[in-house]
Amino acid sequence: MGPSGVGKTTILKLITGQEKPASGEIRVFGENIQKLNRNKLYHLRRRIGVLFQSGALLTDLNVFDNVALPLRHNTKLNERAVRDLVEMKLEAVGLLGATSLYPRELSGGMARRVSLARTLILDPELIMYDEPFVGQDPITMAVLVKLMDTVSKSLPITSIAISHDVEEILSIADYGYLLSQGKAVDSGTPEKLTQQGSEYAKQFLKGIEDGPVPFHFPNETPLKQRLLSG
Amino acid sequence: MARLSKLGSNVISLFSSLGRAQVFLWHIWSAGISFSGVVKQIYFVGVLSLPIILVSGFFVGMVLGLQGYYTLVDFGAADSLGVLVALTLTRELGPVVGAILFAGRSGSALTTEVGLMKATEQLAALELMGIDPMRFVMRPRFIAGIISLPFLVMMFVAVGVLGAWFVSVGLLGIDDGAFWSQMQAKVSWSNDVLNGLVKALIFSVVVTWLALFLGNDAIPTAEGVSGATTATVVYSSLWVLGLDFILTAMMFD
Repeated sequence: MGPSGVGKTTILKLITGQEKPASGEIRVFGENIQKLNRNKLYHLRRRIGVLFQSGALLTDLNVFDNVALPLRHNTKLNERAVRDLVEMKLEAVGLLGATSLYPRELSGGMARRVSLARTLILDPELIMYDEPFVGQDPITMAVLVKLMDTVSKSLPITSIAISHDVEEILSIADYGYLLSQGKAVDSGTPEKLTQQGSEYAKQFLKGIEDGPVPFHFPNETPLKQRLLSG
Repeated sequence: MARLSKLGSNVISLFSSLGRAQVFLWHIWSAGISFSGVVKQIYFVGVLSLPIILVSGFFVGMVLGLQGYYTLVDFGAADSLGVLVALTLTRELGPVVGAILFAGRSGSALTTEVGLMKATEQLAALELMGIDPMRFVMRPRFIAGIISLPFLVMMFVAVGVLGAWFVSVGLLGIDDGAFWSQMQAKVSWSNDVLNGLVKALIFSVVVTWLALFLGNDAIPTAEGVSGATTATVVYSSLWVLGLDFILTAMMFD
């Protein structure tokens, strides 16, 4: 968790090898991700699932083909097995009846659920959610929270979620990190963060306008002085 | 000093862009040749371009017929109109106008599509699913572009000749037999038709490459994609005209 522009999505991109770190190294599943060649990087990415903020469904494919895409490209399963697996995942997200719809016909929440089914289709070991609740209505948000909770508790999977929606994300998280100015400034279980967290944690989690993160952008000349000086 | 610095920065940016374009082409090339997904793209890139190509070809042919007639009739050579039209279309206007129309219709569509795929994170999602966008997105579109343009140019030329025939034989009264027989006698398969098709093939590579590269290289915002689409049409047209001069000098010296 952390305010906009603090580098949350950048961390996600560093983990998947989309961005390179300026210094240091990043190990994913024990592998130094910067040193992997293109093929090995693609191979490693198949063990990671990422749920994008926008859903990132391919607009020229229908729901079924979108979910089936990773299976068709990364496995040699026959079409019957692909169909069964896709239908199982779509049933899990409650969209089995929407297989023939195209992304333009889906609501934002439905698109994100299809995207979740696609993310889970290869049974990843690590799943990352990039702002999963942004722009969602309360019902969709509750559905997504429940689905994320079910996924992380019923499958042998590690989940990392980036979110501004403090209440929802802390209700299902085991451990949280708070980022500020490119650093992890606080961390702990949801209970610890909410009850004994730092000043910054208090400000962020309770949404207080002024605190360690100031309301005013740094300004050398106060308004009064500006007005008096004409 | 600021101007010099801006000039330097623009030159560096130009060369870095040229370098990225070459790396991009290399990545498409190294993805290997496969025709999976190509048929669907030929429909979008080629078949949907047919109306503009056919209508333009017909009008260009008609105008050539009219202009050629008024010039040739003064010399008593109006019967050679068929040759004039066929040579102009196969050697020059077919490949050049065809490629420029193709850049405007299909090149811009390709750039916008790829640019929007980038802006909506579809390309990133593919990468993260372990699917190479070069193989899955760029390659079928690239091959479809290379296959489509030469065929579109052939259609442009054929319809253009028909347009000229309609004006000259149908409206201006030139002898039908003379129109076709002189064309058959004077237009060479290897020198004229084949050279025109070689030009079309080269233009198809350039236009499709530019369209895909500029889409992939676009800044992922509405403004960025719109700028890339404009750049595709402008750069493609300039490259086609420039290359046409060089190719003509080499082929018909």
